[in-house]
Amino acid sequence: MEHLVTARSMFGMTMGVHIIFATLGVGIPLMILLAELLYQRTKDKDYELMAKRWTKGAAILLGVAIPTGTIAGVQLALLWPGFMEVVGKVMSLPFQIEIYAFFIEALFLSIYVYAADRISRTMRIVSLILVAIGAVASAVLITNVHAFEGTPAGFRIVNGEITDVDPWGAFFNPSFITTAGHVAVSAYATGAFVIASIAAFKMLRSRKEPRLYRFHQKALMMGLIVGGIFSFLTALNGHESAQLLYEYQPEKLAGAEGLFETTDYAPLTIGGFTDRETQTVKWGIEIPWALSFLADDRFDTVVAGLNDFPEEYWPPLFIHTLFNGMVGIGALLILLSILGIAWYKFMKKRGFPKWLMWAFVISGPLAILSVEFGWIFACTGRQPWVIYRIMKTSESVTTSANLEFLFALFLIVYAILVVAVSLVLIYYFKRNPLEKELADMN
Amino acid sequence: MGDSLLAITVIWGFIFIYAVMGTMDFGAGFWSMVYINREKTNATNIANRYLSPTWEVTNVFIVAIVVGLFSFFPGATFTLGTVLLIPGSIILLLLALRSGFLVFSNYTKGARHQKALVYISGLSGVLIPAFLIAVLPISQGGYIDTIDGVEKLNLLKVFTSPNVYAFIGFAVSSSLFLSSLLLADYSKSSDEMEAYEVYRRDALITGPISLVMAILIMLTLRMEATWLYNNMMEDKPILFISLFLFLVAGGALLLPSSKGKGMPRLAVVAIVLQYFLASYVYGKGHLPYVIYPNVTIETGFTHPDAFRSLFITYIVGFAILFPGFYYFWRLFMKDNRKYIGKKPY
Ligand code: HDD
Ligand code: HEM
Ligand code: HEM
Repeated sequence: MEHLVTARSMFGMTMGVHIIFATLGVGIPLMILLAELLYQRTKDKDYELMAKRWTKGAAILLGVAIPTGTIAGVQLALLWPGFMEVVGKVMSLPFQIEIYAFFIEALFLSIYVYAADRISRTMRIVSLILVAIGAVASAVLITNVHAFEGTPAGFRIVNGEITDVDPWGAFFNPSFITTAGHVAVSAYATGAFVIASIAAFKMLRSRKEPRLYRFHQKALMMGLIVGGIFSFLTALNGHESAQLLYEYQPEKLAGAEGLFETTDYAPLTIGGFTDRETQTVKWGIEIPWALSFLADDRFDTVVAGLNDFPEEYWPPLFIHTLFNGMVGIGALLILLSILGIAWYKFMKKRGFPKWLMWAFVISGPLAILSVEFGWIFACTGRQPWVIYRIMKTSESVTTSANLEFLFALFLIVYAILVVAVSLVLIYYFKRNPLEKELADMN
Repeated sequence: MGDSLLAITVIWGFIFIYAVMGTMDFGAGFWSMVYINREKTNATNIANRYLSPTWEVTNVFIVAIVVGLFSFFPGATFTLGTVLLIPGSIILLLLALRSGFLVFSNYTKGARHQKALVYISGLSGVLIPAFLIAVLPISQGGYIDTIDGVEKLNLLKVFTSPNVYAFIGFAVSSSLFLSSLLLADYSKSSDEMEAYEVYRRDALITGPISLVMAILIMLTLRMEATWLYNNMMEDKPILFISLFLFLVAGGALLLPSSKGKGMPRLAVVAIVLQYFLASYVYGKGHLPYVIYPNVTIETGFTHPDAFRSLFITYIVGFAILFPGFYYFWRLFMKDNRKYIGKKPY
């Protein structure tokens, strides 16, 4: 493999692994907190038990979230030293502040997990709130670095030298708020749907045991309601993200939509695969005028097509598929939660139909897939730039050779960790089944 | 104090904290592996009780060091990143295995292969300090070749240098030494006298080995990085105080006390002070170089304005966090006697 491609694949692989655990590290603490609060309100001990069991799951996931995150942080400097040099000069505040977010999360998570029985109820809730704040703050802050790569601000380059550095100007770069918001709400949606998935799966398994069934149904409803709210917010905010692309990274939007010719009344193409030769999207469905409206709320908005840009600046064309995948899953998740909640309201004794249950079961994995799609779209769609229109990825890559060997080693270690964490989760919950914990509770 | 000196002092502080917390952490993992079959002494439980809540907090410091380096010294990032790619990646891989399997082994108690998980995390854990410390000799100069303007680490030279091996020996032995000392104190304050005796004995064995390694470092340093050796010798008195503190610690472990033999708390304090002084002398001697002779604290330093806003966030951040650290310490270190045998939530 070519040097640059190897470096990109290696970093992409690290992030692709980290993001699964990181997203859950943001989303699940919120669910734990909500369960604890519900328990305080309703005194229904099921919610307390949920909080307890989800905490175990979260603590196990942490065993991968933290080391892969540490790898991500160090690998940024090892693989992209040219980029980190600029970040160090201009954009180090978010990294800096993130350290405190990590500390808050690490301190209070350990307190919540290992000292829950020696601290007061109030302190338990306070610890959980701090854990949730720490987690979302670390996501928001690191996403800010990503936002800065797309919409750099707070410095100027004169004769190749960085001058006029304004750290807070860089911090509040144009896409920070929207992008960070999108990442946060999508992580909450994902955490909720993962909980819903597991609950739905367990309900299918415990039809004959009403006690277990009811427990899982409570978890499912929590997941669907929280997931529904946050996937709706994700879509609203995603719309804003797309408008930011229109404003700041038009070739990325053109790539995402497979639009080659600049036009007003631009159509929105759903599905299909972008074809470079014929400059069309094959097998896609066109909705007339919709893209113009999405880009700037007016049908006569002129949307730039890829042909307006030199081909070397084009993002890879498969991002169209990734973008569609993310948005499609987003729409499906909203639909599922509306359907689920409505059915629950109006259903009598019979419960959910089987097909709906299986749809709930796959909602969590789909949400995670959507996160992966979204990120690969966002990072790969920025190519060939590591800092948009300022620094090329090829200029920032390390000069050390022999990356292939390291790539193989990281691949092996990630495979080991992912397999091991799955086995440990299965083992742990097999060994501490809900039946037993419900019985212990009474 | 100049800005760049202040910046390197902050980083030095993080490195020192990580060196102490990290060695205790990795060492504790190792002991929990070694004593896994001795159910009677509780030595493994003690090690785990210390380890479980602290490893995450310890880990944040390694992130803080990296972030501190590239944000205070962005000009050094390119050289550091390039040169440390291989050793850095090895450290990361070991760290991933160690943290992952530490957590996995905690949640698989009673499983058939649980011991294998403990072994993976224990062994990868003791290797981490060995590779981490190799960064020090690399920064002392002589291992970086510049070919066509591109800097490269000469791995062959690294792994044939006696100085590097002295550092590695020192890192491993002091991990075991510091952690057994800390665990001795921890077990005594939890009234686990059998575990205390085990760890006290371990500290008495590993302590002198660390001292010998430290002397070997100085001897090899004299040949391989004379500039640094000479600089360090200017602070000979401090080095002697450091040696004296080592003897104090040894004495503290041997003296009789009201309960059991030895005063581990005093020994811990003396040893931490000893390491503090020794690493102060090393760090001061290293100045002004970050990497000799390619990078100094002046060439790589960030813009002074950027430094100010970073430094302010450090002060504000730690001021806000301080109560959190205190609360944590009280829950897990100070009051541990009350909670012996309690299960985690
Ligand atoms: C559960 C996950 C999820 C879901 C359902 C959606 N997204 Fe998303 N999206 C993400 C998860 C995500 C993400 C992983 O969080 C990304 C990657 C980079 C980023 O900033 O957020 C992202 C990026 C991202 C970007 C690119 C930002 C950039 O390149 O800078 C756009 C334009 C959208 N999203 C738009 C949408 C729209 C219109 C959605 C309609 C429902 C949507 N997203 C659903
Ligand atoms: C918010 C945090 C993130 C930051 C700061 C970030 C930054 C970067 C940087 C600096 C690169 C290398 C240079 C480049 O190729 O442009 C990169 C590439 C990449 N990242 Fe991200 N990234 C982040 C999150 C993610 C996530 C969560 C994923 C999940 C899959 C991801 C996937 C990728 C991929 C696939 C590449 C390689 C892109 C390519 O070269 O085609 N990134 N990212
Ligand atoms: C948007 C994408 C990302 C999100 C949502 C995210 C979120 C998180 C979260 C929540 C954690 C803590 C895990 C837990 O406690 O459950 C974490 C750990 C970590 N992440 Fe990420 N992260 C992202 C991308 C990155 C990137 C690009 C880097 C590299 C600069 C990074 C560096 C780290 C580090 C160093 C840790 C470990 C911190 C520790 O030692 O405690 N993350 N991340």
